[in-house]
Amino acid sequence: MKIGTPKEVFAGENRVAMTPDSAKQLQKLGYECIIETEAGTAAGFSDALYEAVGVEVVKTAAALWKAADIVAKVRPPNETELKRLNKDKTLISFFNPGGNEEGMELAKAKGGNVIAMEMVPRISRAQKMDALSSMANIAGYRAVIEAGNNFGRFFTGQITAAGKVPPAKVLVVGAGVAGLAAIGTSTSLGAITYAFDVRPEVAEQVESMGAEFVYLDFEEKQADGATTGGYAAVSSPEFREAQLAKFRELAPEMDIVITTALIPNRPAPKLWTEDMIASMKPGSVIVDLAAERGGNAEGTVADEKIVTENGVTIVGYTDFPSRMAAQSSTLYATNIRHMMTDLTPEKDGAVNHDMEDDVIRGATVAYQGEITFPPPPPKIQAIAAQPKKDPPRELTPEEKRAKEQEEFRAATKSQVTMLGAGLVLMLVIGAYAPASFMQHFIVFALACFVGFQVIWNVSHALHTPLMAITNAISGIIVVGALLQIGSPSWLVVILSFVSVLIASINIVGGFLVTRRMLAMFQKS
Amino acid sequence: MFSLGLTSAAYIAASVLFILALGGLSNQESAKRAVWYGIVGMFIAMVATIFGPGVGNLFLLLVAVAGGGVAGVYVAQRVQMTEMPQLVAALHSFVGLAAVFIGLNADVMLSTVNELKMAGTAMKDADLTGFGEKLWKKDAVEIAILKVEVFLGIFIGAITFTGSVVAFGKLAGKIDGKPTQLPGGHMLNAVALAACIILGFMYFSGAGVWTMILVTVISGFIGWHLIMGIGGADMPVVVSMLNSYSGWAAAAIGFTLGNDLLIVTGALVGSSGAILSYIMCKAMNRKFVAVILGGFGGTGGPALEVSGEMIAIEAEGVAASLNDADSIIIVPGYGMAVAQAQQSVSELVRKLRAQGKTVRFGIHPVAGRLPGHMNVLLAEAKVPYDIVLEMDEINDDFPQTDVAIIIGSNDIVNPAAQDDPNSPIAGMPVLEVWKSKQVFVSKRGQGTGYSGIENPLFFKENTRMFYGDAKASLDKLLPLID
Repeated sequence: MKIGTPKEVFAGENRVAMTPDSAKQLQKLGYECIIETEAGTAAGFSDALYEAVGVEVVKTAAALWKAADIVAKVRPPNETELKRLNKDKTLISFFNPGGNEEGMELAKAKGGNVIAMEMVPRISRAQKMDALSSMANIAGYRAVIEAGNNFGRFFTGQITAAGKVPPAKVLVVGAGVAGLAAIGTSTSLGAITYAFDVRPEVAEQVESMGAEFVYLDFEEKQADGATTGGYAAVSSPEFREAQLAKFRELAPEMDIVITTALIPNRPAPKLWTEDMIASMKPGSVIVDLAAERGGNAEGTVADEKIVTENGVTIVGYTDFPSRMAAQSSTLYATNIRHMMTDLTPEKDGAVNHDMEDDVIRGATVAYQGEITFPPPPPKIQAIAAQPKKDPPRELTPEEKRAKEQEEFRAATKSQVTMLGAGLVLMLVIGAYAPASFMQHFIVFALACFVGFQVIWNVSHALHTPLMAITNAISGIIVVGALLQIGSPSWLVVILSFVSVLIASINIVGGFLVTRRMLAMFQKS
Repeated sequence: MFSLGLTSAAYIAASVLFILALGGLSNQESAKRAVWYGIVGMFIAMVATIFGPGVGNLFLLLVAVAGGGVAGVYVAQRVQMTEMPQLVAALHSFVGLAAVFIGLNADVMLSTVNELKMAGTAMKDADLTGFGEKLWKKDAVEIAILKVEVFLGIFIGAITFTGSVVAFGKLAGKIDGKPTQLPGGHMLNAVALAACIILGFMYFSGAGVWTMILVTVISGFIGWHLIMGIGGADMPVVVSMLNSYSGWAAAAIGFTLGNDLLIVTGALVGSSGAILSYIMCKAMNRKFVAVILGGFGGTGGPALEVSGEMIAIEAEGVAASLNDADSIIIVPGYGMAVAQAQQSVSELVRKLRAQGKTVRFGIHPVAGRLPGHMNVLLAEAKVPYDIVLEMDEINDDFPQTDVAIIIGSNDIVNPAAQDDPNSPIAGMPVLEVWKSKQVFVSKRGQGTGYSGIENPLFFKENTRMFYGDAKASLDKLLPLID
């Protein structure tokens, strides 16, 4: 089968859904790859690069749509493109099925299969084809870069001969994939980074990226992130108030604010209000990654950069991934390639559209003349439910001391009990046994005692050599046989002969093998 | 020829040297000296005994020592390090068998001495060995005690012998490693034990040597049946227990013969084995008796549901992560020994360390089939011992570790031991590998470990399964590390 990628028709879109690298991998799956001429140019992949890896370059979009059995693209298809579908064709792209009723109807009418990349379920197995995450990652990075571009100072604090430069303070609102990427970029540029999210369980991730998590003084039972597929849920009005109060407190200090708060299928919540913007220092920058859905900041204009009266820049671009087309095309093409791998379990170049598979079923929005959106809930929970856990209570010094004393007393008690019991046992034996036995018994008891003292110090790493050497020295039993072998009874002689023989194997074998092992232990 | 006094002096020297030999194993460097203490001690003891008073048949004796010595050299040079567990088990069986023979001999000689006494022969006329003379001088109470000692020596010796033979068979793969028992299970063992004790009483009341031969046979059965009922992964406990028994058998024989050197050495070995068994049980959070009686007990409730799926990864992915990682911890298990993968592991470590990465090993006390088994295998593959750490030393470092690689281990890295109070291994100390940023599990298939329980580690989000034979997988990985 043939898999093809047309040039994106959306104005200003620079990305491309197939790169020379991904084409190579697709060919390994048994597909032939075709591409529309100039499709990759904006992302930095010339036609020659595609031809070099055996991708056929066709002149027009129409020809491509005609030849390809599977069409992979980035932006949701427009009407012209959808009309080119038929029942033997599969389209893989972003589709925005939640707000694209007409598109789905058209696909249904044409009978084509449509896989929407944003519908890939958020389960571990599907991470490799999660295009939303890979695009969000780029958006987060680029948001910081755009902010830096519009910000007149350094990110990192410096003390130079020409004076002291304070570090920039960055607040990231929403610690999803984009937020975490922004945090990582911002901390690595040296800014002091704060982050907020309505899901307190992400605090650990935020702190692991080197930012400080902004906690609210607010008691509320939060919806477990697991029940919403890892996305934030709508919060209560009281919670929202507490949140805004915190932001108000932070706003005057912040140099750069990056907002990434989105709730699936809803307009973006307004989190950065006008009075906060007004309280910010001139020259501060807000990058609103939610601009496409109306923006988190009041006054955001989608696709534009505006400067407020008090000199705060608000960046509302919605095409961050496209602004880094080479990187985003590489990642997106890899997501597509992974999707194709799952669609081609036999690696025979033929699509096996398995509607039983959670991932494929979830992403398919139109299949053989039917609309299959929304999908049924996946069989596997995306994220394991958080077990409720109580943090272990810190002991106070007094409690600690009391506990130690308690342990010490218990240890003393058990030791004294054991000594007492041992003493009684000895006395009982001593009362009945003859003196000659007691002599040996003393030796035995002392030897056991010495043995226990000595063996506890043996290093764990040397337990095998310990067993080998105790094996060797337990061959000392040969002494017993040696004392018997001179007996006149032939039976005794034979038995002791065999005993000496096997005990000697033990002695010699045991020692030699111990020596062999110990010689192997080497320090680096 | 040495006098009795000189012999005793030699025995004292030998005892001290043996204690030093065991004490020297506290670290790798002094251990190399310690083994020589042991060898010299043994040499002194043998020479003092052979050329001491009351030893006859010198020619036969030297033949036996020489024969045994040659066999010992042959075995020690030929054995593979992965075969150490079975070698140790085999050597235990020899001690057990020797103890049985010596015990039987003691009884035979006791009868002879008694007959001679009855016949009114004077001691100096009778052709007696050193041991025989001692028997001659014993009074009635001492003879009764002697009989108890003979009984104990034979009983423990026979259990050690057959038990070790079975352990050897299981470890060498000649017997199926699964626990198997005759119908009746432990009742059968209890009955056999009772029979031994009854026979013992009959023997004390003068029933003759046949009772002891029966005891040999029955206790041999106990040893066989007991160890047959214990599964492969509990072998560290079994082998250390048999080690202990071989010591107690030697000590019992020492009492029989009135030989302090044997008593001291037997007690040292016995306590050494007992401590090893204790450490092993502690590491599995199981009672010694529970291990010996075999199998995992019933659980208190249903195990926690394991949700999610195992995600496979190919060598390229593992290599990419390893190339990016700064700190790596490798946790080997029995699977590494089975696949003979230690050389490949060592090569991997060498390459990673050459790039300046921190590579360390985390060893669980019961990894492998013998206490300390992993350490010896890694040492054989020339992994420096100072990067091979114990569980307690390394467990706190996992959160700061980029990659943990699990090679052929399962239960010892099972988070259920901490998370699931109903798990059969609940409370067992485990290596907390899941706290590292990324975990790779090299494993042959999707099966469960020895305890037969699911391992939630394999389903964790930061775990990737690297399926295949450990050695083959690592060899695939090696060329990809740059």
